Amino acid sequence: MAINELIVCEQCDLPQVETPLESGGKAFCSRCGNVLYRLQPDGLRRSLIFSLTAAALFLISNSFQIVTIDSQGLSNSTTLLEAADRLIKDGIPSIAVLVFATTFLMPALEIMALIYLLLPLHFGRLPPGLPLAFRLVHLVKPWAMIEVFMLGLLVTISKLNALATVQPDIGLFSFVLLMFVVTVASANFDARSFWKQVDEIQELQVKIC
Amino acid sequence: MLTAASKGIIGCDDCGFVQRIPLNSTHLKCSRCAATMHARKTNSISRTWALVIAAYVLIIPANLMPVMATGSLFGTEKDTIFGGVVYLWTSDSEVLAIILFCASIIIPFAKLFSLSFLLISVQIRSTWKPKLRAKLYRAVEAIGRWSMIDVYVATMLTALVQFGSLMSIRAGAGAIAFATVVVLTIFAAKSFDPRLIWDAADRQKNDDHLAEELHV
Repeated sequence: MAINELIVCEQCDLPQVETPLESGGKAFCSRCGNVLYRLQPDGLRRSLIFSLTAAALFLISNSFQIVTIDSQGLSNSTTLLEAADRLIKDGIPSIAVLVFATTFLMPALEIMALIYLLLPLHFGRLPPGLPLAFRLVHLVKPWAMIEVFMLGLLVTISKLNALATVQPDIGLFSFVLLMFVVTVASANFDARSFWKQVDEIQELQVKIC
Repeated sequence: MLTAASKGIIGCDDCGFVQRIPLNSTHLKCSRCAATMHARKTNSISRTWALVIAAYVLIIPANLMPVMATGSLFGTEKDTIFGGVVYLWTSDSEVLAIILFCASIIIPFAKLFSLSFLLISVQIRSTWKPKLRAKLYRAVEAIGRWSMIDVYVATMLTALVQFGSLMSIRAGAGAIAFATVVVLTIFAAKSFDPRLIWDAADRQKNDDHLAEELHV
């Protein structure tokens, strides 16, 4: 059996032979039930399109106010970065850093790395530092928590409803869209088809040389 | 069944590339994506225990100290995590109260108990229902991020409710302890190696085979 036909389950370390899947199918580990791989035809292209959309939404989400609250003639509003800044001024920079990292820095890195990998690949080229950018996606993914932040915002708004009128702003709508778009971009980035395509391009380049 | 490691092959955790483990190699690098590879995560058990124990210590102040202080003309009111859940429940947002209760109180404790259970089961080389334990681990890994909700709530409330002496909210010391617990448990889940669950089961099977052969 050739070693390149094997797939090793990353959860239980069982080597298994790759079997062909129908489109949209999933292969599970025969021992521990972990998802081994999926077949998403067009997944990489979809991931690229959604990453580009996410980049635009990310800029909008962070340039506009998220919510405005009004209470007895006083009003206040905030963007995500202003909120982190407020925490630093209040003397708790540790939480400011955590919030900044999980809702701004890590999602930004993930979106940028995906575009950096997939855009050249779409035109049959390989970007310099490709392995590094690939590992960056893998490293950053568990720490990008926009969907959790959205649920936190929902809780915040319903808590504030009792003491003030809460008005959603452009930032909030943009963030909700961003949450969905980032999830689709990230879920469609399949490592197996990515490396398959990289191998094909490399073979082509060798032939041309 | 045999694991890849016992056959001298290794799969990259980052890109999935499968290759042979060269003899006498201490630092393995994936030949495709250049990630550092380990057949098993380094010092998985002691690292995970260290993070879990630290989280057990901090989860006490996280739940007892106020995560938020609301200052108004009538004085200062301090809220713990549980206080925040009760407030939501009494202000007619029962669904959100239940979500927040699960995310901020049940999940952190469930994560710590599950990780402790997995660690002990691996340490005593238990062969009890490995598939169930593998599922438990995957659940622990997937669910941890949702505990961050309360950190975001404290952040946004602090940023928005700033009306000077009329009313202003500040995040309290409990919030720092709580955020640290969440981060520690995420790192703990990452440092635990689920392949250890299967190593014990494999060893047992190999011993059984050996015993059968000897009897024959």
